[in-house]
Amino acid sequence: MSGKMKNRWIALYVENQVGVLAKVSGLFSGKSYNLQSLTVGTTEREDVSRMTICVTSDDVTFEQIKKQLNSMVEVIKVMDLTHVPVFMKEILYAKVKGIDEAGKAEVFRIAQTYEVRVRDIGPDSVLLECLLTENRNNDLINYLKAYFKNVEIVRGGAVAIESITSSCR
Amino acid sequence: MDITGKKLIVKALLEEGVDTLFAYPGGMVTDIIDELYKHEEDIHLILPRHEQALIHEAEGYAKASGKVGVALVTSGPGATNTVTGIADAHADSIPIVVITGQVQQQLIGNDAFQEVDIVGMTRSIVKYGVTVRERKDLGKILKMAFHIARSGRPGPVLIDIPKDIQVESGSAVYPESVNIRGYKPNESVHIGQLKKAYKMLRSGKQPVILAGGGVNISGASNLLREFAEKMKIPVVTTIMGKGAINEDNPLYVGNCGMHGRYAANMAVMECDVLFSIGTRFNDRITGDLNEFAPKAKIIHVDADTASISRNVVVDIPVVSDAALALEKLLEWAEPMKTKGWRDRIYLWEEGHPLVMRTNRGLNPQEIMEKIGKVFPDGIYVTDVGQHQMWATQFLPVNEGAKMITSGGLGTMGFGFPAAIGAKLSDRSKPVICITGDGGMQMNMQEMATAVYQELPVVVCIFNNKYLGMVRQQQHLFYGKRYELTCLNRKVGCPVNCKGPSGACPPYVPDFIKIAEAYGAYGIRITEPGQIEDALEQAAVNRGCPVILEFEIATEELVLPMVKSGNPMSEMILK
Repeated sequence: MSGKMKNRWIALYVENQVGVLAKVSGLFSGKSYNLQSLTVGTTEREDVSRMTICVTSDDVTFEQIKKQLNSMVEVIKVMDLTHVPVFMKEILYAKVKGIDEAGKAEVFRIAQTYEVRVRDIGPDSVLLECLLTENRNNDLINYLKAYFKNVEIVRGGAVAIESITSSCR
Repeated sequence: MDITGKKLIVKALLEEGVDTLFAYPGGMVTDIIDELYKHEEDIHLILPRHEQALIHEAEGYAKASGKVGVALVTSGPGATNTVTGIADAHADSIPIVVITGQVQQQLIGNDAFQEVDIVGMTRSIVKYGVTVRERKDLGKILKMAFHIARSGRPGPVLIDIPKDIQVESGSAVYPESVNIRGYKPNESVHIGQLKKAYKMLRSGKQPVILAGGGVNISGASNLLREFAEKMKIPVVTTIMGKGAINEDNPLYVGNCGMHGRYAANMAVMECDVLFSIGTRFNDRITGDLNEFAPKAKIIHVDADTASISRNVVVDIPVVSDAALALEKLLEWAEPMKTKGWRDRIYLWEEGHPLVMRTNRGLNPQEIMEKIGKVFPDGIYVTDVGQHQMWATQFLPVNEGAKMITSGGLGTMGFGFPAAIGAKLSDRSKPVICITGDGGMQMNMQEMATAVYQELPVVVCIFNNKYLGMVRQQQHLFYGKRYELTCLNRKVGCPVNCKGPSGACPPYVPDFIKIAEAYGAYGIRITEPGQIEDALEQAAVNRGCPVILEFEIATEELVLPMVKSGNPMSEMILK
């Protein structure tokens, strides 16, 4: 294996048609590529969808993944976002449950540190809405899990767009 | 004026120049078939006896003619029966268009009668597959199907057409061309990259050209020969590349791979530059990837970007059709000093020539050589197994001849129907099917198709009463435990049988009687002296297939053999 296993990102423009998502996701399962996340949505053009895909792979496999995607008739364009400046965020909801007042205070403190919003609160639970990078969301999840027994997580996968002026990721 | 979908479908077939259609009827294609009734004189309809065979026939037709093979089947089981053939066409880059009927759109998803999601099922084995959901898209999609199937690296396309689309009225226009923004097959070659490749090739002292099926697909065999001759570089072929250069060309070493020629495998292992063209470095060619061509810089020319640096990491990739690249390379080609290297290869060949043992009754090598002698310009269509490997080893494929074989998927049952398809593409060419007793029985029902179409296909059955290729594995690596490979095993046979004896039951079926039952002709050959005479007899056109059943030794081996996963230099020779 050449190159080490690491996360890589692809922006994929595809025909907005029935079956295209299944075909793209099927490629990853069928060829044993390690898919981390895949998001898809429409673009400014109604006949084009854009996917943001995160995979874990070595260099050779990643090249192959891009070629395989490129060879699909329904794929219009493959963009490798791994080394270009992008804005990339993932939406994550975390519901911390079964906590007392001290626990709630701790969640509020964490929210402040991570710069995420408290969206809802109940007698024994707090709901956080986090718009962070995938990595930062991972950190937050690990932190919450270390402190609280009962955390419900839902996350959406990253979406990314190339930056206009910024040169950093 | 508007026309129905079924009329547009037939119009599309006519405009694409489809003269032969492999079709099996069923509820969801009856409208199209009714339309075809009106065009019987324009499109020759072939009714196979099973949809799996139908697709192999379309493949054989496509391979032999270079045109797109076209299939029409109904929904549900009609569609699922085509899956094996579609996968085969995908693996061997064969252009076919498969039209499947589908239940009316309002029934899709209801588990309706004969409803399956065939597009979903075949997603990973087609070049393109789609369900037509609106009548207005029908013409465009059919145009796309033919364009995609035949361009770039060819492959199978599946178009699923619901019944309501077939009868709905809409535009009569069948577009002349189609622009697909996500599909732009490479139609040129990067000259700078090719120059680098040429420079690297010249830098070698022990160069080898490895030619794959891509050379045959692009019709580049003459260019390849010219290039090799001008440069004085020895040529090795893959199974699919067989025939890319004449067998008797002094630069031709032979096939490489699992059952390749000793000298050919050694040439690949010892070369310092490997110029590979039109191959995807299948595991049967490379063996242990870490040990493949260990001393060589590798150049890889292929039409398919995704085939490059996939299995073998190459030093210089060139994305190009084989013919295009060779045409350009020929402009630069100048002789290299390879005499010493070629002498070394001759020594390997002399030390370990490719010959079979002769004292065991009918000798497959002799049969192959005689087939080549009696039908020098034949289309040889093989099934899968030992006979296939013997054909690739011993059957000379020279100018005018052609070999069609299931290389990538290794589909038993391919040979006989593919031979029928090949014969249908050109009745003037002798078509010789080389098959085993196992593979023949997988699609034997096609005797009816061949008889009704009056196709004088010569069917050579190499009968060893075993599924020989697997038996060979059991023989060499599993202590001769012949489980499930004896086609002659009957209730009452001894437990844990280790091979044939005088007590074996009579073999069924009697292939000669099978031939007779179908109104065809059969000859059983048991003695070496009968081989040539039988082939001569089969060459007489009787307007029907001829079965030649060769009773070969039951426990013969295909050698050399490289055990799966071993380096190519580790050949079992005896």
